[in-house]
Amino acid sequence: MIELDVTKSHVLHQWKADSALIACRFSPTGDHCVSTSQDNRLQRWNIADGQKVVLEGHESWVHALTFNKTGDQLVSGGCEGRLIWWSILEAQPKAIRTVEAHAGWIRGVEISPDGAMLVSVGNDQVIRLWKADTGEKLHEWPAHERHIYSAAFHPDGQHLLTGDLLGKICVWKLSDRTLVRTLDAATLYSPNKGQNAEFGGVRSLAISPNGNEIYAAGTHKGSNPFGAVHEPLLLRFTWADGALTKSHVCDGIPGGLLYRTVALNDATVTAVSGGSSGGILLFFNATQEKEFHRAGLPSLARDMDIHAAKGLVATAHFDQHLRISALFA
Amino acid sequence: MSNRARYACGSMDHALSRRRFLGASGLLGASGLLGGVASLPSKVAGAIPKNDYRVVVFNMHGGLSQLESWDPKPSTNTGGPFRAIATSVPGIHISELLPKTAKQMHHLCLLRGVNTAEDDHGKGAYMMLTGRRQTPAAEYPQVGSVAAKMLHDDQTGLPGHIIITPGGGGGRGNEAAYLGPKFNSIHLGGDKPPQNSNKPDAIAQEAEDRRHLLRRKINEQYLSQRRSAITDAYTHSYEQALKLMERREVFDVSKEPQAAQDKYGNSELGRQCLVARRLLENGVSFVQITHSNYDTHNDNFNFHIEQVGEFDLAYATFIEDLAERGMLEKTLVVVLSEFGRTPHINLYYGRDHWSKAWSVAMAGAKVVPGAAFGQTNKEGTEVVDGQVDHGDIFHTILRGVGVDSSQSLIVDGRELPIADPAAEPIWKVLV
Repeated sequence: MIELDVTKSHVLHQWKADSALIACRFSPTGDHCVSTSQDNRLQRWNIADGQKVVLEGHESWVHALTFNKTGDQLVSGGCEGRLIWWSILEAQPKAIRTVEAHAGWIRGVEISPDGAMLVSVGNDQVIRLWKADTGEKLHEWPAHERHIYSAAFHPDGQHLLTGDLLGKICVWKLSDRTLVRTLDAATLYSPNKGQNAEFGGVRSLAISPNGNEIYAAGTHKGSNPFGAVHEPLLLRFTWADGALTKSHVCDGIPGGLLYRTVALNDATVTAVSGGSSGGILLFFNATQEKEFHRAGLPSLARDMDIHAAKGLVATAHFDQHLRISALFA
Repeated sequence: MSNRARYACGSMDHALSRRRFLGASGLLGASGLLGGVASLPSKVAGAIPKNDYRVVVFNMHGGLSQLESWDPKPSTNTGGPFRAIATSVPGIHISELLPKTAKQMHHLCLLRGVNTAEDDHGKGAYMMLTGRRQTPAAEYPQVGSVAAKMLHDDQTGLPGHIIITPGGGGGRGNEAAYLGPKFNSIHLGGDKPPQNSNKPDAIAQEAEDRRHLLRRKINEQYLSQRRSAITDAYTHSYEQALKLMERREVFDVSKEPQAAQDKYGNSELGRQCLVARRLLENGVSFVQITHSNYDTHNDNFNFHIEQVGEFDLAYATFIEDLAERGMLEKTLVVVLSEFGRTPHINLYYGRDHWSKAWSVAMAGAKVVPGAAFGQTNKEGTEVVDGQVDHGDIFHTILRGVGVDSSQSLIVDGRELPIADPAAEPIWKVLV
């Protein structure tokens, strides 16, 4: 087991794609990372040597990615509303299954803790559950009044969380799809009357491995959202009662927005900020209001994933690079 | 918080508005105009014959992205996440953000080769609305004032030039330059009737009538010795306001059947479009609707989903409604901005100002329906065919409603061409 020390984080590798990157995810083994780019393509990168294989099948950008538990399949969700299952370990991965799943953008796909179910959410405000291995639709229900930006399964396997543009987080009981409670993350929503603009949203949801804490990431203080004047914000809630326990503000990152948050372990949660201050990795704990460590990245980042066992962070960058950073000395 | 839409980039447009006001107040602007008039066309308008054409301008404030509307470039590095969809005209595709508009394409004419070479909000807006580049030596009337001058019949009892803006607001605009304040706009805030246009209940009609009788008598006494264009404009404004008060119900969309209100959608823009249709039906010659805000340097795509979606329903319903009522044959509807947005997608999923290759949409009147004129290259970075500019578009708007745009007006004995003599109508899009 690698001894993590996030204060020693540093870039190990950087590999360039043909277009600006949008999203990235590690495979369960950490042998591969898949990224997506503005040319509608996906890239599978071999972590050992940076070898790249390009996947084509979407007609739009892909913001949503998840691997199945065994790591032999990847599911991607595109802005055209399409879910594609890929045989990701083959020399040239193929689309195993394509499902026209949503009307409009898919913004989140996640695999359930037991690997049996897949959830997809997006702009049509509907939550859809799928059998992960067959693509059969299990359930769907209109769930939010505005675009759904994010989704996460609770580690207990019994609950699903979804977050929307307005900063509303819903906790759903999976057995009967009833709404258990809502969490108020409205500070992540910055309507701007002067610009007639709605902006913000729960860009990312994460849950601590022990299931005790919920993290919601995005931006606040959107005084000029379409001029990129806003700041990053991470909210911390307790699972037991849904109470907001911390608002992790990030000083000195004007124009920042947390595109993704991931729980590194029960003590540390990580987020990546993009925006006019560039790409920054931020590390938070339960005791401090502000991050206990930040690490600058060479270019603006738009997504991030962590492979905790290997101590690696992948970041997808505007400058077309996928960067792999180490969380150890 | 101000109700006026703000640009993301902190443009000085609104500061310029005051300067424009000072330079254009009354008829004084005419004296400063000649320096900007390089040559005069030969035709001079005498008594201007009115016609029953109308003009509606949708001003997509801040700069609508042509790639997310009229000229999509899907599956390219500049195309963004949205796909192109088929329209009611085979071979013409527009952004998937405009599905309802796509069904009205047979009424529309797209200008896809617009190059105005001006990336500043204020200057770009001036050019698109006056058909000329801004110069310190001259002030030109906006298209609404020109349309009111050339098309409007005062007997309607309504002003000829109305601008509808989001949020609050109200009062009068200052767009007429040398045409005089009579042709300045009346501003409507949102979907509300003009401010202070209802008689307070506390004032009895008899008292009101006596008050105006006294005012008119005093006016006549004063005008008998000191009449001028400015006093005429003042008197006109007063009488126009009284007529407008009598016709206040024209601005009230609640008079429309509920089905019509539902069809336009539950949005301020939808209600504004319904007001616009009622104004056109009642003889108003020019209506400008501002839809705000498209200045999306950041998060361009999320914003265009929201904003273009709202526009699509209201605009498509408006076009369909005018067509069904037989009004589109006499109404030219123009969708313009101060510029488009960059093909290049920036760091923040935004698009910046871009005037070298963008689009304008027209529909109705004498404009060819179901057409796309002009073309940009594969990634939308430059015009490769059918390039036009603000001057050409201004001519085309006037020609599109039967006005000879090569003619001049006589103001204080001077010939003033109503459109830039260096430009000309886009004849290929005119029937």
